[in-house]
Amino acid sequence: MKANCWIAPNNVAVEEVPDPQILNARDAIVRITSSAICGSDLHLLQGYIPAMRKGDVLGHEFMGEVVELGHGVQDGLRIGDRVVVPFPIACGNCNSCERGLYSLCENSNPNAAIAELAMGHSPAGIFGYSHLMGGYAGGQAQYARVPFADVGALKIEDDLPDEKVLFLSDVLPTGYMAAEMCDITRGDIVAVWGAGPVGQFAAASAYLLGAERVIVIDRFAYRLRMAREKTGAETINYEETDVMDALREMTAGRGPDACIDAVGMEAHHASPALHAYDKGKQAVKSETDRPHALREAVLSCRNGGTISAIGAYGGFIDKFPMGSFMNRSLTMRSGQCHVQRYMRPLLERIRKGEIDPSFIITHTMRLDDTPHGYDIFKNKQEDCVKVVLKP
Amino acid sequence: MGRKNTMGVRSVTDTLGIERESQDRGSEGMARFLGWFSLGLGAAALAARPRISRLCGVDDSPTAQAVLQAAGVRELGHAAVLLIPRRAGWGAWTRVAGDMIDLATCRQGMQRRRGDRRRRLMYTTWAVAGITAVDLYTAVRATRGRRMKDGNRVHASVTVNRRADEVYRFWHDFENLPRFMYHLQSVRMTGDRRSHWTAKAPAGRSVEWDAEVVDDRPNELISWRSIEGSRVPNSGCVRFMPAAGGRGTEVRVELGYSVPGRMFGAKVAKVFGEHPQQQVCDDLRRFKQVIETGEIAQSDGSPHGTSLKQQVKQRPAQPLAMPRAG
Repeated sequence: MKANCWIAPNNVAVEEVPDPQILNARDAIVRITSSAICGSDLHLLQGYIPAMRKGDVLGHEFMGEVVELGHGVQDGLRIGDRVVVPFPIACGNCNSCERGLYSLCENSNPNAAIAELAMGHSPAGIFGYSHLMGGYAGGQAQYARVPFADVGALKIEDDLPDEKVLFLSDVLPTGYMAAEMCDITRGDIVAVWGAGPVGQFAAASAYLLGAERVIVIDRFAYRLRMAREKTGAETINYEETDVMDALREMTAGRGPDACIDAVGMEAHHASPALHAYDKGKQAVKSETDRPHALREAVLSCRNGGTISAIGAYGGFIDKFPMGSFMNRSLTMRSGQCHVQRYMRPLLERIRKGEIDPSFIITHTMRLDDTPHGYDIFKNKQEDCVKVVLKP
Repeated sequence: MGRKNTMGVRSVTDTLGIERESQDRGSEGMARFLGWFSLGLGAAALAARPRISRLCGVDDSPTAQAVLQAAGVRELGHAAVLLIPRRAGWGAWTRVAGDMIDLATCRQGMQRRRGDRRRRLMYTTWAVAGITAVDLYTAVRATRGRRMKDGNRVHASVTVNRRADEVYRFWHDFENLPRFMYHLQSVRMTGDRRSHWTAKAPAGRSVEWDAEVVDDRPNELISWRSIEGSRVPNSGCVRFMPAAGGRGTEVRVELGYSVPGRMFGAKVAKVFGEHPQQQVCDDLRRFKQVIETGEIAQSDGSPHGTSLKQQVKQRPAQPLAMPRAG
């Protein structure tokens, strides 16, 4: 089959690789009908996530048709079913899964010992997301093997098009969880750093969960326009306006009640000097992640407010404003999205028309053109927000 | 806190009822003391060399001054190896080696000296001899415990989301063990308390032994050991304890094997894998996967499931070309 493989930093290529096979009784093989490139794939592309190997198949947002099933798959999954596959691999049996913390599944990462060395304890395995997260082949391919298919795959029984349900695999629940972690109450103002797909869905979800106002911060006019038009948010372009001043002004001095970091480890700074400072430290590995958005979110948040860190981080950050965080009683919540927990309720909202996640799609291309998709997504060319791949 | 000596390992039973190797705090403390002592001697020899050389009766030769200075630097080295590592370990032996040099140097010096200087040097020699005795005692005591610890006994623990009685039942059937203990080929129950074990050995061979259950407390503990005269003497103990608040069951495993001779010990260690501690950790991780999910997690990078070896030698995360059974 054809698959998009990681070759070296800033180099991916579509190659011919063997077809996946059933390895375990609870596996399913899915023929992929739609797949997407995620913002976190860009961290992999640029080599900021450790433990990548030449030939790794990328992609963790995909859906398709079940073509093969292990004999241990229960829960009514049948060959021919149309399914969306969540990016965290979860067994459904361990304590974390039972508590709904699927991205912390205790059994799905065969490389848990390396992850423990790097992180203390191991999170769940993730499709196409480095060997630290299990070394699973991803879904930017024609077929994928889905372990624990009875827990992972969500069956889509009506005729909703792929474009409306594909993002249940990651970015929609991720944005939703970012907003949910803010514990929004009446009158809350929520600020969102990053107007990529997760930021867009976080803004939309914050409104769904009752936020009074949502303010989205980015530097690309086309993304901010999308946030204004599709989610109803107000926007700040940080290259034109000082964010902290603007937020203080917009909230009459209080600061936003909750701040969502939907940027993560490759943040940019309006000041070239400060950006170069973090970039330089990252280059010599004295920090692995550039946390500029997180720093600004902490400093901007109102006293006693909540930071929801949903953007992906890989390792260590520097100059975290701990004094501000501690003295002002802030709370920080975080995590890879526990997708399995949100898929069904969000599918219900899509069915009812409360949200149509297809608005983020700006490009649809063939699997063969995936490297070009990475290129325009990374360099923000052709007003790219989300690339959908058709194998 | 009970104390006992099992299979050559001094051990204590802690408040949780778990048997652990005892730490010899006495020898650690002495090693630390010797570290500070070395620091003092080194600093004195370097900072107050004229006074020290007079005291030792060697203020008459420039060679002796140089030797004293070198000894001072060496003492600082001893201080570093005794004070910096978290466990003193082999550090005290460097002091013993240094003492030998000092004693030889004193003897050399005494041959060429007479009168008061010779008397002073004699006192110095006696002092060095006394220190040597303390160093030797500390070194032997600190490393004896250490050598016994290496490879003899390993323990690991895991929390599984199953009731203690389920975990006990699963473990009680030793024939289940090869499902997650990769070094075992098979275990066959041959009697009520007896079983026959076959393990993989290097170069495609295998090692076999018979084992018997020593203690069996339902839902609490199973302990076993190889029967008298086994080629590979070993023992094991697994304890089950309910974790508070519905968090499942805490499973603690301890494996031990006696080392009658060095050569044989090395062979046994190979049977149990290149690093027994890592192996028992991997075993327990797979045990958790098997009892919770019914299977062992396999990815394209780690197609044989959890093991440290696998994690170091990863395949690319792309499907295997060859079909696999199962």
